[in-house]
Amino acid sequence: MANNKSYYQQLADSRAPKRPFWKNCLHAFWVGGLICTIGQAIQLFFITFFDFNEQTAGDPTLAVLIITSVLLTSLGVYDKLAQFAGAGSAVPVTGFANSMASAAIEHRTEGFVLGVGGNMFKLAGSVIVFGTVAAFIVAIIRMLLVEGGIL
Amino acid sequence: MKTGKQSFSYSPAPVIEASGTAGGPFEAAGSMREAFDILFDDLYMGMDSFEKAQQKLFETAASEALRHGDFSGSDMDLLFAGDLTNQMTSTTFAGRTLGIPYVGLFGACSTSMESLALAALTVASGGADRVLCGTSSHNAAMERQFRYPTEYGAQKPPTAQWTASAAGAAVIAAPNGKQGPVVTKATIGRVIDRGIADPFNMGAAMAPAAVDTIDQHFQDFHTTADDYDLILTGDLGRVGRMLALDLFAEKKIDMPEEKLQDAGLMIYSQNQPVNAGASGCGCSAAVTYGHIIKGLESGNLSKVLIAATGALLSPVSYQQGETIPCIAHAVVIEQPKGGGA
Repeated sequence: MANNKSYYQQLADSRAPKRPFWKNCLHAFWVGGLICTIGQAIQLFFITFFDFNEQTAGDPTLAVLIITSVLLTSLGVYDKLAQFAGAGSAVPVTGFANSMASAAIEHRTEGFVLGVGGNMFKLAGSVIVFGTVAAFIVAIIRMLLVEGGIL
Repeated sequence: MKTGKQSFSYSPAPVIEASGTAGGPFEAAGSMREAFDILFDDLYMGMDSFEKAQQKLFETAASEALRHGDFSGSDMDLLFAGDLTNQMTSTTFAGRTLGIPYVGLFGACSTSMESLALAALTVASGGADRVLCGTSSHNAAMERQFRYPTEYGAQKPPTAQWTASAAGAAVIAAPNGKQGPVVTKATIGRVIDRGIADPFNMGAAMAPAAVDTIDQHFQDFHTTADDYDLILTGDLGRVGRMLALDLFAEKKIDMPEEKLQDAGLMIYSQNQPVNAGASGCGCSAAVTYGHIIKGLESGNLSKVLIAATGALLSPVSYQQGETIPCIAHAVVIEQPKGGGA
């Protein structure tokens, strides 16, 4: 029994401190919520003080969030925030910007073309691929439902 | 001389004539500042890439070891060293700087004791008069190689370990009346895999290897934990150390909890965010050559068993779903009686 792999795996699991699941969820919820609230405030700012409406304010809002995230990544702050917030800082657009900026910084020493250019989408590429595939599948389902007269 | 199944005892026992260590800013903030000869206040160590910074760490530890013994590179017959980078470029490039005949060794984080055991074997057999051995690791260079970009925001679990930015090197010499701690025994480990596949829980993966090698060492030399002042593992971290104690208990091997210490739990202070502890080739090397050697020379310790553990995975192997094979090599360092300071 002692040399059985699954036995040791069970022992190792029992000795491993568990991820603080509910605490992580709570932190992710309020940090993610805070980032979205800041985004909302930026959008209102553009609508109130500039010539934007609800549809067109999205672009400058995203730009501000992305630039902020890239700055925080370069200053070495975003990864520390992420250790605390988990999905709360990974899911909003700021997390996507962080994945690209961090990869770009990391591979800068390998040159701009093969280093930065070739590796920038190392982490983000997967998000884009599966985002596109998911959108394609959802679009087909919608088309079938509409054509079939269900929707 | 071969002893038992996997061990050798050195006769005459080679002397650790001099040693040197170097660390980064995070290590400077840890609880073992005094173990480092040189501490850099910048993670780049004044270089323009993290890989070059790791090379700089090793070069610094090596030159400190040479300086302490009043040697130049040409006094060394061989350099036994390695690190975790692909193709061990940091160590190889440092070998280019040092100009010493070089043997590259890979045993992941067990390289510290692997290189010491082989350096001592070469010296004891008369193959060399003086061998420089050592290893290094750099946090950011290793994050990039094994995990994510340094600044990428990913949440690490509490079982994860922090790769130390540190290096340690030592000059191993034929005794001939020289002063210093001596390397008396070594046990070469087997590759052990108990099915752990989580690269964020290396301690659990490596603990069985550490226990296997220490158990074999006790059998080969008919010794017990009582024969040593300290049994140092490097680096199991908090989780791995607990599991090692479990496994010793299971094998009915007497292992007092206070005697089994882990280098990965010594180098950083309690309030540093390192989760389960430190890891990396340089951690056990710096603790051994910076802290343990000082303890032996001051007379606080007289006989120490050091088992360095390595996780022999690659980023490709774990993405392909392979479990993590691990290894541990153990070396005994003693202060000869009457030879203390």
